[in-house]
This record gives sequence, structure tokens and C-alpha cells, in this order.
Amino acid sequence: MCDQTFMAATFGPCDSCSKPSPLMNIYIKNEATNYCSLCVEMMACQGLQKGETLESLKRESETLKKKLEEERNKLNDVELHQVAEKVEVLSALSIKTRRVLKGHGNKVLCMDWCKDKRRMVSSSQDGKVIVWDAFTLNKEHGVPLPCTWVLACAYAPSGCAIACGGLDNKCSVIPLSLDKNENLAAKKKSVAMHTNYVSGCSFTNSDMQLLTSSGDGTCALWDVESGQLLQSFHGHTADVLSLDLAPSETGNTFVSGGCDMKANVWDMRSGQNIQSFESHESDINCVKYYPSGDAFASASDDATCRFYDLRADREVAVYQKDSIIFGASTCDFSLSGRLLFAGYNDYTINVWDVLKGTRATILFGHENRVSRVRVSPDGTALGSASWDSTLRVWA
Amino acid sequence: MTINTLAKGGCHREQMACFRKMEKVIVAMQDPDMGMKMRNQRLLITVIPHAMTGHDIITWLTHKYRISEEEALHLGNMLVKYGYIYPLKEPRCLVLRPDESPYRFQTPYFWTSTRWPASELDYAIYLAKKNIRKQGELMEYEKERYSLLHKRINHTWDFVVMQAREQLRASKQRRKADRIVLECQEQAYWLINRPPPGVNNVLDTGLERPNNFSCRVTLNSDYYKREIEACRKALGRNRVKSSICLEGFLKYSEQYLNHDPIMQGCLPSNPWISDDTAHWTMNAEIVPVPTRLRVERWSFSFMELLNDAMGRREFMTYLEKEFSAENLYFWQACEDIRHGENSKIVEKVEDVYKNFLAPGAARWVNIDSKTMDKTLEGIKRPHRFVMDDAQMHIYFLMKKDSYPRYLKSDLYKNMLAKAIVPQETKKSVFPFMRRQRHSSPSPAQTATQAAEEEGLAKGAGANSAAGSHF
Repeated sequence: MCDQTFMAATFGPCDSCSKPSPLMNIYIKNEATNYCSLCVEMMACQGLQKGETLESLKRESETLKKKLEEERNKLNDVELHQVAEKVEVLSALSIKTRRVLKGHGNKVLCMDWCKDKRRMVSSSQDGKVIVWDAFTLNKEHGVPLPCTWVLACAYAPSGCAIACGGLDNKCSVIPLSLDKNENLAAKKKSVAMHTNYVSGCSFTNSDMQLLTSSGDGTCALWDVESGQLLQSFHGHTADVLSLDLAPSETGNTFVSGGCDMKANVWDMRSGQNIQSFESHESDINCVKYYPSGDAFASASDDATCRFYDLRADREVAVYQKDSIIFGASTCDFSLSGRLLFAGYNDYTINVWDVLKGTRATILFGHENRVSRVRVSPDGTALGSASWDSTLRVWA
Repeated sequence: MTINTLAKGGCHREQMACFRKMEKVIVAMQDPDMGMKMRNQRLLITVIPHAMTGHDIITWLTHKYRISEEEALHLGNMLVKYGYIYPLKEPRCLVLRPDESPYRFQTPYFWTSTRWPASELDYAIYLAKKNIRKQGELMEYEKERYSLLHKRINHTWDFVVMQAREQLRASKQRRKADRIVLECQEQAYWLINRPPPGVNNVLDTGLERPNNFSCRVTLNSDYYKREIEACRKALGRNRVKSSICLEGFLKYSEQYLNHDPIMQGCLPSNPWISDDTAHWTMNAEIVPVPTRLRVERWSFSFMELLNDAMGRREFMTYLEKEFSAENLYFWQACEDIRHGENSKIVEKVEDVYKNFLAPGAARWVNIDSKTMDKTLEGIKRPHRFVMDDAQMHIYFLMKKDSYPRYLKSDLYKNMLAKAIVPQETKKSVFPFMRRQRHSSPSPAQTATQAAEEEGLAKGAGANSAAGSHF
């Protein structure tokens, strides 16, 4: 008689750290598991809770998430479009291109308005950052950066500086000088340092603090003067693609969205993740607060935009249409919050009626993906940046 | 610079999702009952079966998705751009024409998603076939690419030429109509996967993002424990009933409707439409007389009042009358600490203590003892948020008490009464004559000027001091 033979895994993903490595077959509370030698040692010394395995933790996490969804739905007594039935239907919108800004040689990846309501900054794939007076089409400053793919740019509240960053893993602040001979690139100051590309940046209420989001999965708050890291925000499990500051009275929170399909709301003071929403089916490309600060919208590769209510703690609307096949890369609200402008990868901008959930109109004009849409500070116009190397102002 | 690696299998997630959706549309279009009516098209002397006109495609899309013709044209154009439908006339021009131009569905074998990504080997074989068939008469860019490939994958060249010859031999045995169809389909495929220079590459997706499964964070027990903790916290959260929250959005949008230029227009006119900057001039940060809409907005919320420089100034005037201006000064000083430079925090906190919190201070603010104690304790080790509690206390004090009284005061009512309502600019008689667009001083300039003036003053001071020596 020969010995019985058993099946044993000798190499593969460890049940504790999921790294592929040589495995030890052990028992934890009668359950057979496979740990790598490092985890066995750690467990033996630290004492993992009896009966805990990666599988059981994963299951517990999923059960809790389902319970959370149920709790959220308990107070869901009415839908947004139902409440909005009594609101007047929107009259036909007549929005046309009023300006076309040509000057970038390559895909324009980002744009931001200045508080003076007519200037804007834009950045492109070839590393050029341009400051325009969009009203006169004048280019006021042009800064060539040494890196390509400048994914993020922002105008400082004072109008005296701009921030930009991208594939160089940094976000730099450049003071705007009107001296024609001044080499702006030389005055560039590195403020933020990440370990992967910078996907988004925004000044807080002053020129002195900068908030950034990065492909390394974190967001961070920086002191511009010293470049010091004031707070970092961990919680996303994949690239963070976008962030937006809350327009609230106490001004302490911001929302971020990323490739892990999650939108997280953070407390800037403590670094804590205070709320999380996970209903998109693909990467979240852009997040933007509703003007009152009680809600935010997100645009995603799953071709939908969604509206989340922060007090009810749930998704309250999905903006989608059968004929919209391509992902939405950017979104912004009109001044009253009634309209949501969203730029898509099929070169169009769809305008949604936020309350009724229907599409109000569609804007054609760009000849390649729309990478960014932003409503001007006084709500008079919509600015859009596109991979067709132009920017457009619509009103 | 970091480089992201493509996910396993080399397929780009975002693109794949779009391909699947487009394929659903295509399949629906070919449905025997609800799909499109196709007919035979004549191309010179050959008859191509199963073709449709551009006009048919647009009509079908318009009906199926209940969209406008313009949108249907755009959607149809996308289908052509991505190679699911190709044109029979002018095959190199991948554009949907809304007329009788004939189009045909691409065979699934040649869908971009089927053979993703298009390999160099396949492209080499295709160019070799074309080269043989046209006896060397390839397009310029094709010739360049052919020689480039010849250099790059030289070691496989025998295989490439052999395959090309075999495929050509097999095609010669097909009916002429089938052969033409296959050639068109293959050409369409390569026009998309290897676009000629100057043509947009629709498959360009920019920076590659990692697959969702290769997380930046390892999904180990610590990660799940954190998730569980976060879920538990979230479960204990206070939530508000939907009906209440949603009413809030309705109210907000209604209140701000008249202030939304894109929806209701703005007076005297939208500068972007009329090229007249009067609207901006009238609503500049400080004006002698503000507009009525602006003054009305101050009554929407306390934040609106404070965010407007003029509103804040008016409110300060009111508080001075009420002898409670120190509250607003205090709030402003706290904001300055919160949003200012790191290096100045200690100094600013000192100032705030001296001016507002110390016993007998010039502008002493009335905070409850608990908050005062906590703040004074915190001042011993000053940090950015040390004034937060006190600031919030004073903010809500102003919001609940002074602000509502301000709105009822004569000061506010007078401001509202004398506020201007601009006249709507009449549309110009000659609409094609464009007004001159005037430039405005850059915000950077005013700051530079201010700095210069400061510098000059300092310089003058120094000079006069030096001058007195003579």
C-alpha cells in the first residue's frame, strides 16, 4: 500500500499579503490556509485574530458595504426627478461658441478661469502653459515647462500666480510678471512632490496653500511658501484623477475621485476620509461640487455623470442616455446649479438638467476629446479645453 | 518620470467598454426585424450586396435613440471613425455623409476590438500584399512604413512575404465581388489602426492608466480592516431624509435662477455675446453704486454677503454702528491665519491674542468661557487651526444675530433701493459689425504696481534721509 497523496499549493498568492511567493500550508482554527513565510512569522508574533483570514475579512467588508447601502436606502423616500416634477421645464438654451483660442500646438489638457472672469490659464501635452485674456484672445504669458503632459493647471485667487503640474510628479507655482523680458520659467517654484503624476491641483482660499491629487493614489495639501506638506490624504486604492474644494461656510472639506471608481470626501484638517461613494462602473475622471456645497457631481468613463447628496449620503441622480457611448471626462455646474455641463470623449459637451435628469442640449464644435469644462466665476460663459489643441468659450 | 504599464492582455479598459457599446449599436442595426434595410449597391460594374446609404444610417439612429439629426450624424460619424461602418465611395475618407453615399458594415473579423492591438507583423503582411498587388505603387507614407518595418522585423521577413503571397493566391480564387469587399474591409481596418500622417488617431487614449486590478495599494488584511472600520463609521452616520435634501436643491436653483447668465441672460448684456464689457464694469469689486441683483444676493446667505467685498464693507459699517465690529475683524484675522503662510502663523496668533482675546484687549470679542479656555490653551502651541473653534463661534453669532438684523436695517434697505437695474442693450442694427474688444489690466499688474509704489516710497524715504546729510 502506498501513502495517500495530497494536493498542496507550494507557490502562489499568499492568503494574507497576496504577494506571489513560496507558501507554507498552515491551519488557522481548523481552516487550511496558505501563508508566505514572512506572514507566518508576523502572525505567530503578533497574533492575528483567531479565525481571521484574508477571505473572511474580505467577506466581512463586503457584507458591511451591503448593509451600508441598505441603510442609505432607508431614508430614500423620493427620487430627485419626482420632486422636480413641479419645477418648470427649461426653456430652449441657445449656447454658441463665442471665442476659439488657438495657440497650443498639441492636446490641451486643462484650463482654469481667473477671478477677473475673463482671463484663463491652459496647459497642454507639449509642456506649454499659456495665460490668455479670453475676451480679446490675447496671449499674455507663455511658459514652456520641461515636462510633457501638463495635466493640471490652476489660477491663484489673487490672479498673480498660476500652478501647474503633470508627468514631472510635481506641482509648481509660477508668479505672473508683466515684465516682457522676465523669464517666467526661471521663477517657477516646485511646491508639491508626489511619487507619480499630478492629475489635479487647486489653490485653497488664498495663494498660500495648494491642494493636489496624484496618480500615486493620494491627495496632499501644501504650503506654497515653504513647499512643506501640511496634510496628506490616503484612502484611494488607485490613481486619483480629480479633486474639488467645497464652497462651504467653514471651508474644510474637499472631494476626490479616481480610478478605483470611488469618490471620497475628506476633512482637510484631520486628513480623514469622512464619506465615500462607490456607484460608478468605471474610472471617475472629474468631481465638482454643487454651488451650495451640499452635493457634488462626478463624470466617469462609464459614460454617465452622477449626482451625490452629502446630507442624504447617497447617489440621487444618474445622467445617462443610450446614445451617449463615450466616457465623460469633465463636468461643471452653471451658477445656479440647474445645469450640469459635461465634456465627453466623443468630442461633445452634453448639458444636463440637474433636477429633472434630462439632457437639455448638446454642444458640437470640438474636433477631438473635450478634456475640461469650466464655468466662468460669474457664470457668464463656459470654457472648454480639447485635444484638438483649441479652447472654446461658449455663451 | 514614471511609466505606467498596460494591464495584462494589453487591452485598454476604457476603450474596450466603448467598443462593446458601439458593437451593440451595430448589432441592433443589423437586426432582421428592427434593423436597417439594406440593398445592393452598384460600384462601377460590380454589385456590392448589403449596403446602405448615409441617409439611411442617420434616419435609423434618429428613430432608435430619439435624437436630433445633427446628433445622429455625429454618432454615425463615430461609428465610421472607429471602423464599424466603412464607405464604399472614397474609402480613404472615413466620414459619414448624410446623403446617398453607400456604406457597409465591417465584418467582426476586422473589428478593432477583435484583433487588439493591431500587430506589426499583420501590418507588414498587409503592406507586402499591397506592394505586390500594386507592383510597388504604395502611397508615400506606406512606403516609408514598409521600409521601417523591413528594418525592424527583418528576422521575420521571409514569413511576411510568404504569408502575403499565400493570401493573395487565396483571394484570386474568390469571386470578384467578394475580393473587392475583402480588400475594402481590410483597408478600412488599417486606416484606423495605422492612420496616415495628419489624420487624427481615434485610438489614441492619452496616458495609460493601470488596470483596476493592479492597485496602488496592496489588498491585504490591513486594507480590509480599514475598509471595515470606515464602513462601521459610515453606518453610524446621521442621514437626512431624501425629501428634505432634494427640496433644498430645488430652492437653491430657483433662488439663483435670475443670477445665472447662461440660463436667464444678464443685464445690460453678456459680454461674451455682445463684446460689451459694461456688465463687468458695473459689477466690479468696488463700484459707487452696485446693481440690484448683487445687493439682493447678499440676502441669500451670510456667506454671500461676506464673499462680496462691497457687501462685507457694508456689513462692517453696520456692525460699527452696533458696536460689534470687532466680531468681523476677529473673523477676518482668523481667516488670515487659516489661509496664510505657515511661517507667519505664530506672529499672527500673537497679534490676534493681543487685539481680540487678551483681557482688556482693544477689540475684545465675546466668546463663551469653554471656547475661550480651549483657545487660550491652544495658543500656547499655535498652529493653523488653533482659532477654529473661536472663529466658528463668532461666525455663527454674526450669522444668527447681526446678519438678520442687518437685512432688516435701513442701511441695507437704502442700498437696495438705490441699486441700479441696468438697461438691456438693444441689439445693434448691424449685427455683423463687431464691437472693439478692449483689454483690461491684468490682476498681476495691479499687484506689481502696488509693489513698485511701495518700493518707490521706501526708496524716496531712504533718499531723503541720505539727502539730509548734504
